[in-house]
Amino acid sequence: MTTIAKPAEPIAVPRLRARRTPMTWVRGGGLSNLIFLIPLLFIFGAFSWWPIVQAVVMSFQKTNLVTPAIFVGWDNFARVLHDPLFFTAVKNTGYFALLALIFGYPVPLIVAVLMSEVRRWKGLFSALAYLPVVIPPVVAVLLWKFFYDASATGVFNEILKWFGIGPQPWIQSAASAMPSLVLEATWAAAGGTIIIYLAALTGVAPELYDAAEVDGASIWRKIWHVTLPQLRGVLLITLILQIIGTSQVFLEPFLFTAGGPANSTVTILQLIYRYAFQNSLGGNYGAATALSIMLAVFLAVLSWVYFRVTKAWSTN
Amino acid sequence: MKSRIKVAGAGIVLLATIAALAGCAPTQPAEAKKATISVVSLIPGSKPEAFAAFDDQVKQFEKANPNITVNTQEYEWTGPTFAAQLAGGTLPDVFTIPFTDGKTLIENGQLADITSLVKALPYGDKFNPNVLNAAQAPDGKIFGVPTAAYGNALHYNRALFTKAGLDPNKPPTTWAEVRKDAKIISDKTGVAGYMQMSQNNTGGWQLTTADASRGGVVEVTKSGKTTVTIDTAPMKKSLEFLKALRWEDNSMGSNFLFDWGTINQAFGAGQIGMYTSGSDIYTNLTQSQNMSPDDYGMTVIPAEGKGAGVIGGGTIAAVNVKATPAQQAAAVKWIDFYYMKKLTVKSAAVEDAKTLVANDQAVGVPALPVFDKATLDQSRVWIKDYVNVPTDQMKSFADGIYKQKPIGEPTAKTQEVYALLDVVVQAVLTDKNANIDALLKQANTDAQALVDAG
Repeated sequence: MTTIAKPAEPIAVPRLRARRTPMTWVRGGGLSNLIFLIPLLFIFGAFSWWPIVQAVVMSFQKTNLVTPAIFVGWDNFARVLHDPLFFTAVKNTGYFALLALIFGYPVPLIVAVLMSEVRRWKGLFSALAYLPVVIPPVVAVLLWKFFYDASATGVFNEILKWFGIGPQPWIQSAASAMPSLVLEATWAAAGGTIIIYLAALTGVAPELYDAAEVDGASIWRKIWHVTLPQLRGVLLITLILQIIGTSQVFLEPFLFTAGGPANSTVTILQLIYRYAFQNSLGGNYGAATALSIMLAVFLAVLSWVYFRVTKAWSTN
Repeated sequence: MKSRIKVAGAGIVLLATIAALAGCAPTQPAEAKKATISVVSLIPGSKPEAFAAFDDQVKQFEKANPNITVNTQEYEWTGPTFAAQLAGGTLPDVFTIPFTDGKTLIENGQLADITSLVKALPYGDKFNPNVLNAAQAPDGKIFGVPTAAYGNALHYNRALFTKAGLDPNKPPTTWAEVRKDAKIISDKTGVAGYMQMSQNNTGGWQLTTADASRGGVVEVTKSGKTTVTIDTAPMKKSLEFLKALRWEDNSMGSNFLFDWGTINQAFGAGQIGMYTSGSDIYTNLTQSQNMSPDDYGMTVIPAEGKGAGVIGGGTIAAVNVKATPAQQAAAVKWIDFYYMKKLTVKSAAVEDAKTLVANDQAVGVPALPVFDKATLDQSRVWIKDYVNVPTDQMKSFADGIYKQKPIGEPTAKTQEVYALLDVVVQAVLTDKNANIDALLKQANTDAQALVDAG
């Protein structure tokens, strides 16, 4: 066997080299691959990568997008870091992310596990859980704004009255505004995550539950020892996605409170928006892009560290 | 060969002469050239009847100017949307801006120089110089036409006044009376007796108005140096007034985050008894918020203390710097036709009023003069038969506004300073323990830093 194999090697090498000519590349499908790739490269290039490059450039410029831009070095970054609102926005965004993590992260998991246990009308429950995601976000926020009416006759305050609880200020007080925003955001986003968890739950081998049942495990022990370990890959992904998503929260504070009362719900993205658009005479687009770049770099580093740290725990 | 060259040369000369003559032909006035212009129409959400009235006017204009085609787009000036349109280059050829934006847009080269076109108008030299100044460069060149001027006013819901047992024909004339009436309205009807804007820079705008009504000014400019004067007694008084209504009287309801649009909405829906805003909001309230004209009342804001006055403002119709000379000429014609003729020419005033009445739109809404009071009064006489707004319910404003001292808005970093004051108003309205002194001190420091940064 070895005597046959050995003479074949020197012949194989020149053959491989011969394949590397442009014609062989074309015949091998390289050209058609490239042609198929061009529209994609063009679209991503024009609408995604080029704007990113422009944003990086703009973060070092002073421009109102009308008169010629002037390069100002790191001035925009310095301006952002010296803005007293910057730390308020960072603190508020962190608070939103934390509250969303505490309330928003476990809820979809619990609902998904409970729904997976349901024997009948599973489709109906899935549809109901997903329904808030179907409602346009702006409509949902405006609807909740109406529910959050702080008068005694407001929808939520009427409901609280049934339980003997007095009217709450909801978004009209600095203390309760952010939790109110998180409540709506959780309601609006939970459906999507529930569907992901439900899909992941179908991948858990039934034998594992059978084995646990044979061992006399209760439903909680089954969840703790079978379901959660089996879902940990998905759980880790949804966790980082949630952190990235909540760090970029904009819609809720923008529509509910415009950052108020007294800047208690100003988030980083809202600060970016304010830099760019608060002044009708042309905003500080340099500072806006500088803060955007800072946020993007922070989230990229955070994601990298997160995946490094959690690599060992992930099933993937 | 020579003769051929001569013939060719003669031919060229002939052609050149014909071309030159042809070139001479269009030395007719620029406005006779064909032009298509885009202009702003009404704010989104206006009634179909209002759009019908506007379309009628476009048709009248196009009939009178067959070479001009007018395209329209809905428009509502708000800071963020205007900034986006400005940066994106999507503003139409004719658009409107508040007085406060004029100077900077001119300085930035974003408005067309229409000096000769405006001066050629029959009333080109009759503008109130203080009003025209908002649309002029320091060298006197004109970049816009002031189309309307307003003063801030106290608006009140007559139906709520009646329901609360107050006389709607006797609106409050002092801040103490405003407080007393607000408490009565709140106690008797359960809605906010008085409210003030607090969001998206309007909180600062109305706090500045309240400050001016007590003799304060937000900025003082001397020899080119602007000093911020937020931390002053009139401003403190204005905030203590809000604090008293909110936390002692509980007469401001339970929702405190309002801007120009949302407070109009709440007032139109009968959720607010009184609030301050520009004197030109009647049309918005009745057109977009469906408020019954019978329920609307307007009076002057109480002016108390030394130097007290009323913050005014207005609208400039400007022409996009990107418009061609022919479009600029057509644009000024449109501004003249749509915004100005009704103020200066009897037939146009009557025609405008007829069109509005036929479409069930407001005629006779109070305004301040862009020329002089006599011209404004004259235009009012022309249309008196068509007036369909309840002028009796606005009489105390119409009578009182000329007795008040007009005060302009702050000029340095206006919107940024207003944004800082938003926070102060919100803090006082939502935090019982808000420290007014500390808030004012902080706002003053921050505003001065903004102004100094240039």
